[in-house]
Amino acid sequence: MSPFTGTRHLVRLILRRDRVVLPIWILLLAVLPASYASAYAELYQTADERAAYLANTASNPSIVALLGPVFGDSIGALTVQRAGMLVLVAALASLLTVVRHTRTEEEAGRRELLGATVLGRYAGLTAALLVTYAANVLLGLLIAGGLVAAGLPGAGSLIFGAGLALTGVAFATVGGLAAQLTESAGGARGIGLGVLGLAFVLRLAGDAGGSGGAGGKAEWLSWVSPLGWAPRVRAFAGERWWVLLLPVLFAAVVALVAYPISVRRDLGAGVLPPRLGPATAGPRLAGPFGLAWRLHRGQLLGWTLGFGLLGLVLGGAADAAADAVQGNQQVADILARLGGTATLAEAYLGSSLSLTALAAAGYGIQAALRARAEETAGRAEPLLATAVSRSRWLAAHLLFALLGPVVVLAVAGLATGLSYGLSVGDVGGELLRLLGVGLAQVPAVWVLAGLAALLVGWLPRFSSAAWAVLAGCLLLGQIGAVLKLSQWALDVSPFTHTPQVLGDNWTVTPLVALTVITAALLALALRTFQTRDIPTQ
Amino acid sequence: METPIEVSGLVKTFGRTRALDGLDLTVRAGEVHGFLGPNGAGKSTAIRALLGLLRTDAGDVRLLGGDPWRDAVALHRRLAYVPGDVTLWPNLSGGEVIDLLGRMRGGLDPARRAELLDSFELDPRKKGRAYSKGNRQKVGLVAALASDVELLILDEPTSGLDPLMEEVFQHWVRRARADGRTVLLSSHILAEVEALCDRVTIIRNGRDVETGTLSELRHLRRTSIEAEVTGSVDGLGQLGGVHDLRVDGQRVRFDVEDAALDAALRRLTEIGVRSLTSQPPTLEELFLRHYQAEQVRS
Ligand SMILES: Nc1ncnc2c1ncn2[C@@H]1O[C@H](COP(=O)(O)OP(=O)(O)OP(=O)(O)O)[C@@H](O)[C@H]1O
Ligand SMILES: [Mg+2]
Repeated sequence: MSPFTGTRHLVRLILRRDRVVLPIWILLLAVLPASYASAYAELYQTADERAAYLANTASNPSIVALLGPVFGDSIGALTVQRAGMLVLVAALASLLTVVRHTRTEEEAGRRELLGATVLGRYAGLTAALLVTYAANVLLGLLIAGGLVAAGLPGAGSLIFGAGLALTGVAFATVGGLAAQLTESAGGARGIGLGVLGLAFVLRLAGDAGGSGGAGGKAEWLSWVSPLGWAPRVRAFAGERWWVLLLPVLFAAVVALVAYPISVRRDLGAGVLPPRLGPATAGPRLAGPFGLAWRLHRGQLLGWTLGFGLLGLVLGGAADAAADAVQGNQQVADILARLGGTATLAEAYLGSSLSLTALAAAGYGIQAALRARAEETAGRAEPLLATAVSRSRWLAAHLLFALLGPVVVLAVAGLATGLSYGLSVGDVGGELLRLLGVGLAQVPAVWVLAGLAALLVGWLPRFSSAAWAVLAGCLLLGQIGAVLKLSQWALDVSPFTHTPQVLGDNWTVTPLVALTVITAALLALALRTFQTRDIPTQ
Repeated sequence: METPIEVSGLVKTFGRTRALDGLDLTVRAGEVHGFLGPNGAGKSTAIRALLGLLRTDAGDVRLLGGDPWRDAVALHRRLAYVPGDVTLWPNLSGGEVIDLLGRMRGGLDPARRAELLDSFELDPRKKGRAYSKGNRQKVGLVAALASDVELLILDEPTSGLDPLMEEVFQHWVRRARADGRTVLLSSHILAEVEALCDRVTIIRNGRDVETGTLSELRHLRRTSIEAEVTGSVDGLGQLGGVHDLRVDGQRVRFDVEDAALDAALRRLTEIGVRSLTSQPPTLEELFLRHYQAEQVRS
């Protein structure tokens, strides 16, 4: 038997299990670059406007630090910079996908079931990597096709798609290695995310000293970071095809480390030794809420830190971003629609925080679906056979789905306010104002968390449909305006009703309405959960 | 004292599957009641209905004098449940899970907890993900047996335990009975059932087919007879209660119901016996007969 026997079988299994999630992230990432390109084409129609944008905004050090370098003022070059974050997202999605199909499977014992059938030693890792590599290749091709369709040159479109896809491939392989090191999926994710975070910080530090496309003194840091390679292929600005070799070599080296480990260790075991826990439970681990705290706290901490960092970066870039678009009539019009008297910086911050709100909704949904995950893993049944009512058990998880987003949005608002306040010299005022903007996002986030809760209670088999709803909201918000959809369609998304700027003419009514809708969703969720079978397959 | 478990005419359907089809089950206070049946017979479904986790379609379920669907919280304080496949939280230690479950039931005897950990040889400091199947099962058992409850509901609790631990388990179930607790024990291990159970219920296709003490169940028993005879064996096959008669020259083999044993032996001696061996049926044969009847039917 070859060590790869059964890989095809596993690939099919992974594709079946991921038939919803995989297409969602591929499609989301695929449509965004083209939509940026057409937005730029519409926003900056003349060469002068683009040159001004490049000089004032795109080459600004904090923008370059956040998104990466920009090589020129063509629509293509600007689009590539704007899409810099997508490289990070593709890397993240690839990493998590591989961990989910290797270590998570092993932890759940499903791999053991399959391992006893005809599976080669390398089959598990290979199948997960193959699927994720293929997803990235498809994504790269779709992005390139989209950019060409948006009227950009073919070579630049292709190399940008390739750079993004190969970064995904590199981090997929990192995920494959991380999964061999620890015994728990959480630990593997932690290692993978640590590597990704380090790569991001390296690239950020390397690009921070530069302006535009000219690297600063520390640019070598960006060359060391796997996230620094994708921008450095110089799409639409004298493509450097050889740079694409870097992620390929990196992935090859990481794979050469991961494969031998995957054979040497026992199934289910990791290379790093497991730690022991306490022999007795602390006083707080005494009921559903104490347990929920233990199950959710790591995630809450992670999201809070992430949102804090994001807020600091966004706030720091706001002033520069505002200067850049000064005097652009179209931007001014958009702002007028948004918040009336709002300043440019305020509008920038508002729209950034509303994107943050979508991420917070992702967190809320994840926390609500945790209840369902507990049920399908067989961990709800023994608890519900104790003196704990169903509603208390579910409420413990929903508490984190509701309060978790409040915490992370407040932190994002405060961090944004802090760094923006520092840059304009009014920390006290901005801190409170942006905390307000952050918290104003909460009701819309709650509606999605409430929807996820209702699915858990009422239609548990379809509870992951909550992710599709979030993806729909993201699409509506990001490209709804570009596609010139009718207001009626845009109004479907709760995020449409959130004020992005706490200017003069915002009202509290939509927020109250969203909160009332959430309350109704939660009440229904608890009600329907009480009258159904447990577990429901 | 009220009857801990009283189920009558219980029906539960999953789509087109009738998992329970008019089940009757009575467990008396202070007894260890065995619950047996082939895979898919409906044992786990019945137990989930008893715990108020499933909505029933018809029939009556009384648990500790209450309605398990309506009074779930109050009733669950008085019982402990161990599923056949205990799943743990990967990042909680075994000791934490034991305490958590105990506290959520309304109390745990710390001395008994320590004693149980000791006799099951369980390290409570390991994280959930680090336990083997058998050790996960032990976590559930320790949590249940250390709880101060009147009723233990155990669904194939010893799947994955080694024979030594099976002994320990039997010891603790006897102790629970001696303390006056009631136990419902679903099991596929006949030796365990024979060693522990006062009464058993056999369920097949969602319906109880037999209930009683083991010796009552043996009314169905047949004895296997093997004999060497001197004459011709005419007439033996015509006797009521004689089954599976095989004749090979002077050798005969057959199974005979206890009620017909006397008549069969008389007939044999009339024919003339040179040698004779008889064997009582094992419990396995007894149950297999019930289990197999299903395969014939379906
Ligand atoms: N949630 C469910 N959805 C659909 N069918 C179910 C569900 N739970 C049980 N069943 C079906 O009900 C029947 C009884 O299953 P149950 O698990 O109660 O059997 P069991 O006697 O416990 O079997 P085993 O000895 O294998 O544990 C089976 O046919 C099973 O497939
Ligand atoms: Mg069962």
